[in-house]
Amino acid sequence: MSKIIEGLKYSESHEWVKVEDGLAVIGVTDFAQKEMGDITYVDMPDVDDEVSAGEEFGALESVKAASDLISPVSGKVVEVNEALDDTPELVNEDAFENWIIKVEMSDASELDALMDAAAYKEHIGE
Amino acid sequence: MSENLNNAELLKTCLYDRHVALQAKMSPFAGFMMPIQYDTITVEHNAVRQKVGMFDVSHMGEIFVEGPEAEKFVNWIFTNEIRGFEPGKVLYGMMCYPEGGVVDDLLVYREFAPEHFLLVVNAANIDKDFAWIEEHAKGFDCVVRNESPVWGQIAVQGPEAEKIVVEVLGLKEAVNLGFYTFYDTEYMGKRLIVSRTGYTGEDGFELYTSLEGTVDLWDRLIAAGVQPCGLGCRDTLRFEAGLPLYGDELSPEISPVMAGLGMFCKYDKDFIGKEALLDQKAGNLQRKLVGIEIEDKAIPRAGYPVELEDGTEVGIVTTGYHSISLDKSICFALVDKACAALDTPLWIRIRKKVFPGKVVKKRFYQTNYKK
Repeated sequence: MSKIIEGLKYSESHEWVKVEDGLAVIGVTDFAQKEMGDITYVDMPDVDDEVSAGEEFGALESVKAASDLISPVSGKVVEVNEALDDTPELVNEDAFENWIIKVEMSDASELDALMDAAAYKEHIGE
Repeated sequence: MSENLNNAELLKTCLYDRHVALQAKMSPFAGFMMPIQYDTITVEHNAVRQKVGMFDVSHMGEIFVEGPEAEKFVNWIFTNEIRGFEPGKVLYGMMCYPEGGVVDDLLVYREFAPEHFLLVVNAANIDKDFAWIEEHAKGFDCVVRNESPVWGQIAVQGPEAEKIVVEVLGLKEAVNLGFYTFYDTEYMGKRLIVSRTGYTGEDGFELYTSLEGTVDLWDRLIAAGVQPCGLGCRDTLRFEAGLPLYGDELSPEISPVMAGLGMFCKYDKDFIGKEALLDQKAGNLQRKLVGIEIEDKAIPRAGYPVELEDGTEVGIVTTGYHSISLDKSICFALVDKACAALDTPLWIRIRKKVFPGKVVKKRFYQTNYKK
């Protein structure tokens, strides 16, 4: 069973969003990190880059494959988790603790299109 | 998707039930349902580099050629030179099309009986190869048999492989084998070929025997604690060791000369494809396979473009990883021959970014073969 946290929003492509101090904190779910296996590289955008809901903003790489990261919301990147540059395996250790980017949202209503924990649990069939 | 739809038609090796019981991640490969990994790819990769690991390679093809003109025939379809090559020895080489592209890369075993050869071919190519071999055997006095379905094969690889095959399996004569030699024995009443060969860059053995014997060998190796390894690390290991994979680095479009494997083609004999390869060797070729190392942790993957600084596309990545043993992002790429010299600066486009790198030797990892 994958860990799912109540109160977060989830995308079909397995990203989570937590709103904290008005910013969207974005990471990947525990289900996603398990599917990927050992994560060896996290390709992240730069601070001040614009991201759009439903569009790729980076990628997770395992030994075998690259998997795109899809932004659940639109806005401007205000922070990236630089710890993942040197220790990408943190995502495997705790996918919810180790966020990837923080975004200043341009349209917070985009959050309404995302799933809650119960819907996401159903989405991954657990 | 189409692969999944055809699961019912996928073949299973004799060890399929063992893989399922070990909860391996399974995936279709070359028409077989094969284990990709049992643990993580990194754990399995490191087991082979540092200790020992084993692979189910029962999907590989075994084609036997026998008869008064077997040597003459094999030497006609095979790029390497088998005249003067002694019984008990193994040779690597290719079968080529007249245009120089590759039908398959394979191992040729010269058996102990005169004019007997075993050709070990890639699983994905068994039917194509057998048809090719049968077609070209017409006019030679020899018999060709595809025995692939009745042979299992386990590869035991790593610095402790010799200790394992001797102490766990009791194959004492294995200590006398040099790299690329084999001997014959019996196991559960059937032939067992003990071959000091592999596809990892480490010392190791490939054990060919009956399906029942293969399952028994596997169980004994598992009981002895040998790490089972899947196709995931088979690819990372062979890649680091600079070994090509048919379909990626060799194909009907990629000749041995383009792939930098000209040393396995011998031109003082006749073989199918010789003229085309000689022509390429003389410089008449567009692209060459190179190694590229980039200065970043981003990973070049098959299909990514290789560019010059001004963005001109000059090639394509064929296999790439962040190397587990070397902690570097490296790849094989097919590039314009003008860009193939060592140290040539090249850029690889990875998603939205371009990463600088340079041409390096294809054997990224120092191999540890038994002399």
